[in-house]
Amino acid sequence: MIRPSRLAAVAGSAALAALLLAGCGGKDTPAAPASGSSEASASATGQVTVFAAASLTETFTKLGKDFEAANKGATVKFSFGASSALAQQINSGAPADVFASASPTNMKQVSDAGAVTDKPTTFVRNRLEIAVPKGNPGKITGLADFAKPEHKTALCAEQVPCGAAAKQVFAAAGVTPKPVTLEQDVKATLTKVQLGEVDAALVYRTDVQAAGDKVEGIDFPESAKVVNDYPLAVLAKAPNSAAAKAFVAYVLSDKGRAVFTKAGFDTP
Amino acid sequence: MTARARIAVRRDNGFDLNLSLDLADGEVVALLGPNGAGKTTALRAMAGLLPLTDGRIVLDGRVLDDPADRVFVPPERRSVGVVFQDYLLFRHMSALDNVAFGLRARGAGRVQARAEALEWLRRVDLAEHADTRPRSLSGGQAQRVALARALATRPRLLLLDEPLAALDASTRMQVRSDLRHHLADYAGSALLVTHDPLDAMVLADRLVVVEDGRTVQEGTPTHVARHPRTDYVASLVGLNLYRGSAAGTTVLLEHGGQLTTAHPADGPVHIAFPPSAVGLHPREPDGSPRNTWPVTVAGIEQHADTVRVRLDGVPPVLADVTTAAVAELGLVPGRQLWAAVKATETRTYPS
Amino acid sequence: MTAGTRARRGARGRLPVVLVLPAALGLVFLVIPLLGLVLRAPWSTLLDQLAQPEVGDALRLSLVCASLATLVCLLLGVPLAWLLARSDLPGRGVLRALVTVPLVLPPVVGGVALLLVLGRRGILGQYLDSWFGVSLPFSTAGVVLAEAFVAMPFLVISVEGALRGADRRYEEAAATLGASRWHTFRRVTLPSVAPGIAAGAVLCWARALGEFGATITFAGNFPGQTRTMPLAVYIALESAPEAAIALSLVLLVVSVLVLASLRERWIGGPT
Repeated sequence: MIRPSRLAAVAGSAALAALLLAGCGGKDTPAAPASGSSEASASATGQVTVFAAASLTETFTKLGKDFEAANKGATVKFSFGASSALAQQINSGAPADVFASASPTNMKQVSDAGAVTDKPTTFVRNRLEIAVPKGNPGKITGLADFAKPEHKTALCAEQVPCGAAAKQVFAAAGVTPKPVTLEQDVKATLTKVQLGEVDAALVYRTDVQAAGDKVEGIDFPESAKVVNDYPLAVLAKAPNSAAAKAFVAYVLSDKGRAVFTKAGFDTP
Repeated sequence: MTARARIAVRRDNGFDLNLSLDLADGEVVALLGPNGAGKTTALRAMAGLLPLTDGRIVLDGRVLDDPADRVFVPPERRSVGVVFQDYLLFRHMSALDNVAFGLRARGAGRVQARAEALEWLRRVDLAEHADTRPRSLSGGQAQRVALARALATRPRLLLLDEPLAALDASTRMQVRSDLRHHLADYAGSALLVTHDPLDAMVLADRLVVVEDGRTVQEGTPTHVARHPRTDYVASLVGLNLYRGSAAGTTVLLEHGGQLTTAHPADGPVHIAFPPSAVGLHPREPDGSPRNTWPVTVAGIEQHADTVRVRLDGVPPVLADVTTAAVAELGLVPGRQLWAAVKATETRTYPS
Repeated sequence: MTAGTRARRGARGRLPVVLVLPAALGLVFLVIPLLGLVLRAPWSTLLDQLAQPEVGDALRLSLVCASLATLVCLLLGVPLAWLLARSDLPGRGVLRALVTVPLVLPPVVGGVALLLVLGRRGILGQYLDSWFGVSLPFSTAGVVLAEAFVAMPFLVISVEGALRGADRRYEEAAATLGASRWHTFRRVTLPSVAPGIAAGAVLCWARALGEFGATITFAGNFPGQTRTMPLAVYIALESAPEAAIALSLVLLVVSVLVLASLRERWIGGPT
């Protein structure tokens, strides 16, 4: 009953974001990487099915194309979604080769069920950033502004990962935020910034990057204290485990790191 | 003349209405004709519910509709009251509020409007039904509420669209007689649309017979009945109708003569019988007919199947006879005969 | 009642299997998910779940906003329905199609559209903000607006249907009695379509009560301000599915109670 509305919500925000991006000419879309040799892997073949967190959509799609170019005969199929939903699907027997989760919690659900072979690797980290509309009309300078009632600010609801992270950040900074809204996911939060409905919001750095030039990011010192690890693992029941391992290696390669850095992720 | 109208309405489907109507102050005119003749269309045009295609409607010197001059006064600003065929009483209001509606709409205060409406209900003998909803009223009562509602705004012109058609035969007589009284009390002019010749002849001062959107004949009921200009009018209004005073089964006629009826009554009545019920005899008949009187042939008209004979006498009478009988009786103007009508062929209506 | 009519009743009462079977399936299809909610409800902790002040806040907010949204819909929607049913405006067909757009539009898109117009930077919203200091997003008024946007077509369609079905000769009768168009509308037309208006208002209210997408997009989500029951349910689902079920049950019970009582009193549907 609820799921479809959420999908609709996500789709709606994504559509809007796409619209806005298209509107500003897509200037800031990630540039193509330097043409590379295929040092990361011996040639893999067959189909690799990758379940990846929604926040990895842009980076993994790009990496998948690069991987296919480097390995003739290999195809990569993605299923992007909420990490919690993906974890549940894997535990219900979905035929996936690789799982890339946006949170260790969801990866743990899978590994606790014995569905991964090796210990999951943290391949990227994401941290929070203050997102403000272009030109910073609210003159936001730091976390302390979230406590001032003259600023309209948006946060993710505590129940979703970005909200939980925001809560820790504010606790670390000793700031009590007074948001006007607690959004259901990070994209919805960002939409409010893009439309200028709020002066600031706390979202992931990668989301600020992806939003293009409608949104500006402001870094703050406390962001380093709350870092969100993204674990990656080959699944135990992988139908094509050889190619899966090759894909994971490609993600962890320098070329992979370059793509993530460009998108705003930290790499370990 | 208080109302003078030339009504022309044309529709794409070939419907074409074109007639002139003049109503004198206090006059009751019946627009009589078969279904589809355009009677109701004419009434709607007078009320302002349907704009004219051509022509002109003037009431008390005020132009209400004139397409050539681009004048059109909407219904709510005409001094015209309408009693609709199925009355159209507002179902969510009591009888009293129905009658008060027009007064309220014209700006009267609630208390005053209700007091005045109650007075109107009293006039139509429905004061005790003031709080009744229309669906709980009988057909005759609903008709009277509709009449009171239309009269309460004191219109200069009252339009009645088949006011008796929705009633069953037994209530109809009483309601017709009541309506006659109320129309007599009403100062303005009234236009009555009906397909029933009896209603028209009892209620109206003048008949306008309409067929296919055109006036085919007009005149007083007696005149039209006695001098029908077309077969249609003859069959429509071929009716012997007298006013008189009843005492038991005997009715003394207003203009002389007396008739015996099968149904006892008292007081003023109308008595009617069709021309086909009149028997003509060369000499005074004996036997069953209870009404016989000497008459003189005044005129003979050949119609489709029958011959209609106009006879002078006390009272004068119309008789329909077969072509064979014309020769057999030697019917020529001036011939003296006996008219005979069975008591059971007559109908009386309280008037 | 004579034996004859009783026999005929009986014959008419026998329903064909072709209809009964899909009807039963349809009923099961609608009722089973609700049954699922009831069966899986955390009955042991239900009272604790519902005793939290946030639940009361969300419920109160939902009822108030849905009722206000219905009021807005009545004030604007009834005249609109009248226009569609009675006027001879050119392009009425197009107007009618436009009015029904919120029915097919995903509510989230409706919310975005509202933001683009009435948001702080919106086409009209920027002037509301700079001239009057009025800001609709993230306010309870915003919730009412979002709900009204989504729910209004239900009212308009229902009232328009009633108006089309109403006998216009009563309005003519009123006109011949000297009533202006407005007086006629108020005293004759409105009462005659009252059942249609009531039905439309009930549908409208129910739709507003369950509204999620447009509300969360346009008005945001803040406890006590804009977090209505559906939003509370959604957020609870992220962390505590049991709490979400408990909240849904409350919404379910309240709406069924209200709808059932209204149905009997206003619409008088056969029971």
